Amino acid sequence: MIAMRRRSVPVGEIVFRALCLGAVVVPLVALVALLVAVIAEGVGRLDADFVMRFPSRIASAAGILPALAGSIALVLLTMLIAVPVAVGSALYLEEYGNRGRFAGVIEVNITNLAGVPSVIYGLLGLEIFVRFLALRQSLIAGALTLSLLVMPVIITASRESIRTVPNALREAALGMGATRWSMVRGVVLPMAAPGMITGSILALSRAFGESAPLIIVGAATFITFLPNGVMSSYSTLPIQIFNWVSRPHEAFQTNAAAGIVVLLAAVLCLNAVAVLVRHRLQRRRN
Amino acid sequence: MMKLVTQAVVGCLASVLLVACGGRGEPAAPAQQGSGSGAATPAVLGAEIRMDGSSTLLPLSEAVAEEFQKQRPSRVTVRASGTGGGFQKFCSGEIDIAGASRPIRPAELKACADKGVAFIEVAAAYDALSVVVNPQNSWVDFLTVAELKRMWEPDAQKRVTKWSQVRSSWPDEEIRLFGAGVDSGTYDYFTKAVVGTEHASRGDYTSSEDDNVLVQGVTTDKLALGFFGYSYFAENAGKLRVVPIDDGIAENGPGPVSPSAATVLAGTYQPLARPLFVYVSVASLARPEVKALVGFYVANAARLSKEVGFIPLAAKTSAAVQARFAGGKTGTLFADGSAVGVKLDDALRLAEAGQTAGSGSGAPSVK
Repeated sequence: MIAMRRRSVPVGEIVFRALCLGAVVVPLVALVALLVAVIAEGVGRLDADFVMRFPSRIASAAGILPALAGSIALVLLTMLIAVPVAVGSALYLEEYGNRGRFAGVIEVNITNLAGVPSVIYGLLGLEIFVRFLALRQSLIAGALTLSLLVMPVIITASRESIRTVPNALREAALGMGATRWSMVRGVVLPMAAPGMITGSILALSRAFGESAPLIIVGAATFITFLPNGVMSSYSTLPIQIFNWVSRPHEAFQTNAAAGIVVLLAAVLCLNAVAVLVRHRLQRRRN
Repeated sequence: MMKLVTQAVVGCLASVLLVACGGRGEPAAPAQQGSGSGAATPAVLGAEIRMDGSSTLLPLSEAVAEEFQKQRPSRVTVRASGTGGGFQKFCSGEIDIAGASRPIRPAELKACADKGVAFIEVAAAYDALSVVVNPQNSWVDFLTVAELKRMWEPDAQKRVTKWSQVRSSWPDEEIRLFGAGVDSGTYDYFTKAVVGTEHASRGDYTSSEDDNVLVQGVTTDKLALGFFGYSYFAENAGKLRVVPIDDGIAENGPGPVSPSAATVLAGTYQPLARPLFVYVSVASLARPEVKALVGFYVANAARLSKEVGFIPLAAKTSAAVQARFAGGKTGTLFADGSAVGVKLDDALRLAEAGQTAGSGSGAPSVK
């Protein structure tokens, strides 16, 4: 009797455990169902031609080449713009800036910016880059807009990662006569790099799937050429998918599903790269 | 940790393979391309040709751009900011060609004139706004325009909620309405044609800019009624029932008329048959690639519009439109900005005689 009692788990514990399990299983099942449905519909349509062709009014002859090329170019350009600036501002805020009221204001703003809906960045990009700077509906205008969108995320991730560098190491470096810059370059950056890179890649994979701000800054729905410079017009994968989904012909829904599979694969690859990079760098650090 | 990395790499490789090989197990052979249709980017001629505007017209503009590309490789982009958004960009000189699911409005006309943007208006195809119900709906045999108005006018909001209020012999059950979003040219045309005032309707209906959502809504709800472009009905004809419309005007065909290529061309599917337009900037026409594209558009609109689900202009009308374009006639045929109740042939004939149709006030076409 006593032994039985000791083994029985309180009801609250069981309920809580069940809730936690539910919190894991429900989204997972939904995600798997979604993936299975999309892949089942789209995978039959996937082949080399689908990836290498231009869009067409004939669903079976249509491809995603310009959209895929546009997406890749856009994300690369966004990376070139956003990562240096974001890492720089994270370094400044953590290593150089005073921790005064000004820093507090900046901190709150960056955190808030990370939560602003992406459409708002689109409107901002439209006014500043497309109209004021007269970049028109170009790749660079899209990349600048996406950079604004991902920078708060990269800054936050980079700052977190800079904070994990032990202060003792900084002091040791400075104590041995290193300048601030060589301390940052030789100690802080190498140690913080895995976190920074992971944060950047995750932010960029979000940019890869973004469509709302790009519709506003003028990504093309249909395009007959590949982007050939930063001032070129472009289309992106999510916009191509959006276009196909709203078509009346059923066959385009299959195309959309196939496009989604490609998009998913690309984002998954980016995330896998993030994991890989972090792992390798962390091992080197240890 | 190592396990996680392995998993990530395997996942990534698997997805790459998936994309490369596909379900058909075809070998990935990107090299095997040749000069096939739209496979590679050949040398292009001229600067970028920018098209924007109506999302209704988008499939046709895309088809034209695609076919034109085969003839004459060029840099064409098509965007879909909507008819209103398209005119805004068109009149500020940002784009070369604007697609429109309604004629240019007087205010837009003025904006264009202020910026010195002269244009040529080209009728591209017809669309028939189709009023549809669920196939299980057994009571609706036809609708008069007056009944449609009773359903959709602003005063109907929260008051006309039952089928029996539209016609007393119909069941005393809720009516669920589906229609185009208020920013679309489709909405503008429907409200003008049915309610009488452009952009005025009840607000308590399910609206979507994505017509497939409306199709979905009507196919799954026995009590639903919706309207959208003809191609969305034609593609889903098995899942929807189209409602014949009676406009009560004997010369437009007596009794209720269903939308079809024949009734639209005969002018009997009134008032819901509408012309779709492209507007071309005269300044852009100075560029040979734009002139070639628009020439191609006008000449091939009939063939391609049938393919993408619109109703092509009659040969005679098309010839008149082509002649008008070739003659470089600027300005609009519709001085009051509405094509409701105007027959394209009549408008073109009047224009030939040096007048504009529409308001009937004889306002001169704006340069």
